[in-house]
Amino acid sequence: MTAARRDPDLGAGRQPTGRRAWSASAVTGVGRLARARLRRATRPAPFPWGAPTWPGTVARPVPSSGLGDEYDTAWARRYPVRLARAMVTDNLTRPAVHLLASPLVRGAELLDMAEAPVVIVANHTSHLDTPLLLSVLPDRIRHRTVVAAAADHFFDRRWKAHLWAGLLGAIPLERNRVSRRSVDEATALVEDGWSLLIFPEGGRSPDGWQQELHRAASLPAARTGRPVIPVHLAGTHRILPKGGTRVRRARTTVVVGAPLYPEDGEDARHLSARLETALATLAAESRTDWWTARRQAAAGTTVQDARGPDASPWRRAWALGGTPAAWTGEHDSSSAHGDGDPRRWAVRRD
Amino acid sequence: MSPRPGYVLEVDRSTPPTLFWHGEGYRLERLPQGSRVVYAPEPIEPLADPVAAVRHALDHPLGDSQPLRSLLRPGMRLTIAFDDVSLPLPPMRRPDNRQLVIEQVLDLAAEAGVDDVVLIAALALHRRMTEAELRHALGDRIYDAFAPHGLLRQHDAEDPSELVHLGTTDQGEDVELSRRAAESDLLVYVNINLVAMDGGHKSVATGLASYRSLRHHHNAHTMRHSRSFMDQHRSELHSSNWRMGRLIAASGVRVFQIETTLNNDAFPEQFRFLQRREWEWSARDRAAFVASSAALARTPARLARSVLHGIAGPHRMTSVQAGEVEAVHAVTTGHVHAQQLVEVDGQSDVLTMGLPYISPYNVNSIMNPILVACLGLGYFFNLYRGRPLVREGGVLIMSHPTRKAFHPGHHPSYIDFYEEILAETTDPAEIHKWEEAFATDPWYVHLYRTGHAYHGVHPFYMWYWCAHALDHLGAVVVVGGEPSTVRRLGFRPASTLADALEIAADVVGPSPSVTHLHAPPLMIADVR
Repeated sequence: MTAARRDPDLGAGRQPTGRRAWSASAVTGVGRLARARLRRATRPAPFPWGAPTWPGTVARPVPSSGLGDEYDTAWARRYPVRLARAMVTDNLTRPAVHLLASPLVRGAELLDMAEAPVVIVANHTSHLDTPLLLSVLPDRIRHRTVVAAAADHFFDRRWKAHLWAGLLGAIPLERNRVSRRSVDEATALVEDGWSLLIFPEGGRSPDGWQQELHRAASLPAARTGRPVIPVHLAGTHRILPKGGTRVRRARTTVVVGAPLYPEDGEDARHLSARLETALATLAAESRTDWWTARRQAAAGTTVQDARGPDASPWRRAWALGGTPAAWTGEHDSSSAHGDGDPRRWAVRRD
Repeated sequence: MSPRPGYVLEVDRSTPPTLFWHGEGYRLERLPQGSRVVYAPEPIEPLADPVAAVRHALDHPLGDSQPLRSLLRPGMRLTIAFDDVSLPLPPMRRPDNRQLVIEQVLDLAAEAGVDDVVLIAALALHRRMTEAELRHALGDRIYDAFAPHGLLRQHDAEDPSELVHLGTTDQGEDVELSRRAAESDLLVYVNINLVAMDGGHKSVATGLASYRSLRHHHNAHTMRHSRSFMDQHRSELHSSNWRMGRLIAASGVRVFQIETTLNNDAFPEQFRFLQRREWEWSARDRAAFVASSAALARTPARLARSVLHGIAGPHRMTSVQAGEVEAVHAVTTGHVHAQQLVEVDGQSDVLTMGLPYISPYNVNSIMNPILVACLGLGYFFNLYRGRPLVREGGVLIMSHPTRKAFHPGHHPSYIDFYEEILAETTDPAEIHKWEEAFATDPWYVHLYRTGHAYHGVHPFYMWYWCAHALDHLGAVVVVGGEPSTVRRLGFRPASTLADALEIAADVVGPSPSVTHLHAPPLMIADVR
């Protein structure tokens, strides 16, 4: 909180004047400057000043020293670590997330009914998505869930790998190529009774719109035959967008879809296509309502709508900004449900 | 470790920015995700002992030719022709392949007691080489032994007394050659095959020919039907040269062809980042890039040009073949392909390329706007086999400053071509009507014969060279070029690559597929 906001004179529409106003703005400016300098000092230098990043589409010639998708996360699933993680998640992460994101959950009963292990897939727009999603899962699933995290981002340094494996139960997943190792590990964990949380877009959406799904994300479900629960998260983009450094409070909506069961002999590609439609339908539901979303799905325009208009970046951002219900939770009173109160059919997971 | 073959990278979010040449400098540009970047194969191992390899090739010729030593005898007329300054690029470190080969040929001639030996630089309609350039190509020993006695000559395509008409092909093409070469008992031609287009019958039929002969294959029609110049079997340019070459052989001219190939180790150690894949750049590569690109950006163009043209490539000989022209050329082409072929799946909507400071026609000179067009549309566009890298109706994006700057000594007719002809039309077929006037202009002829000027007709040939690309493409965009100059060429200017891609999207539709040709080093995209 800035000095200006702590000043009691600033409440109730009163503005500071004279020397006080000058000193408040000066303190604010110094704070910003210090933060900017700190950010600059800690941020790795961009190429060519810093080392180049390695394209995900190119195999590394020399295996890295136990990092990336080679990082062994077995230690993070031992009982003492799970206990410590559960304590942190339940007592610190969940309250913090609820304070920050005020999640409104639609279809929570579907999570309650789900028979673990399940594969939970969600759209991805913010680093907050993982803690938010973990915080709305029922206890019996939450405490036995692993999170598929980008091997090249969360497991590229040893300290990061230890942190995310321990804190979130993360496992590394190659997002830019199909990696037998990471898919095999995820599949083995599902077969071993662990639920898997995965973001099949392979990374956070740069602008909030849904991206194409990676086929590899459907492989564990297709191989094990376990149900896939699609979940759409709306609003986290406002709290901490991709590339953002400041966290802001906002309301979020979590829409849970009906589980998808892999059919006999169904391959990952087909399952991925079904999943994309399901996520897009949930996105439409989060913007409108269940019935309107179903009608759009029947018309076959849902997936394209979820990916946003094929236009320049500003127009995509503009179109995204035109869906206030999705980002603020303040639903349109003229919705198909008549009374306009979304809480009539949604619950808060407090 | 054996050199790695060429590589087609698919750009993703982790891909570092890609190097683009930009005239006398280079930049890092971020390509859209999903774009492809085509990298040349790494340099293959050179010959461990090129002198021994040359001697072996001369003693074990290909085809129906006898060993060179058995073709040499006292009292014969021996002419040794060699490629001019346009090859290789960048000029190679001494000793040049030409020196290595010609010294061996002269050794054999001396052993055989041949007195009448003349060396001819096969210029065709290119500019005459300077003494420094000749010394660089041939070495001081050869230059000092032959030049003072007038035995080191440069082909003069405008000297009627030095030309002889050998006849016409079955397609009605005149074949007019250097008299000295045609009337010698043996013509030895020494090649540097930098790309698959070089060599074969094209060496003699083009390098030692006159305008009367060259006009049959250096025209818009031939160029449009050469798809590409790098694929001899689908190139009308080569078909015409092969007809002429066979007529030359049938006329009794005995040609002993010596062809050499180079690896694509084009840049010295301090510039090695230019031929490395960006994600493999070491701290030293990055420091070299940052320092050199910043220095070049702050250096006047003239000085930057001088620095860059001073670079001698460390490329070295990878093979040498000698004997009958067609048999030699078939083997040579295989060696070129072994170094340069890169398999690429399918075409894209947009092809991007960064154009460097040098082309075959501006060695130690200025890359004027017409040569920019020729390098991009004539050479780089044609670096394919099978199908072009960009689909028909697609867009070519070139990065080059494209300044309205000409070397008045080297390219005098280019200036008039730019001001008068391109102001009227940029259609290669239409400019033909002015060709004769430029080709026979006495002032241009005088400058070509006595100075260091390209022939008056040469800018027309450069524009014909673009004909296939102009026919094929929906638009050409130049990033970072002078807008007025770019428009004069008939292309579209763009300030940034992002702008260029937006312009391209207007032509080919939204979200186009993009391929970037990461050249030089040179490669041939084998597009399936």
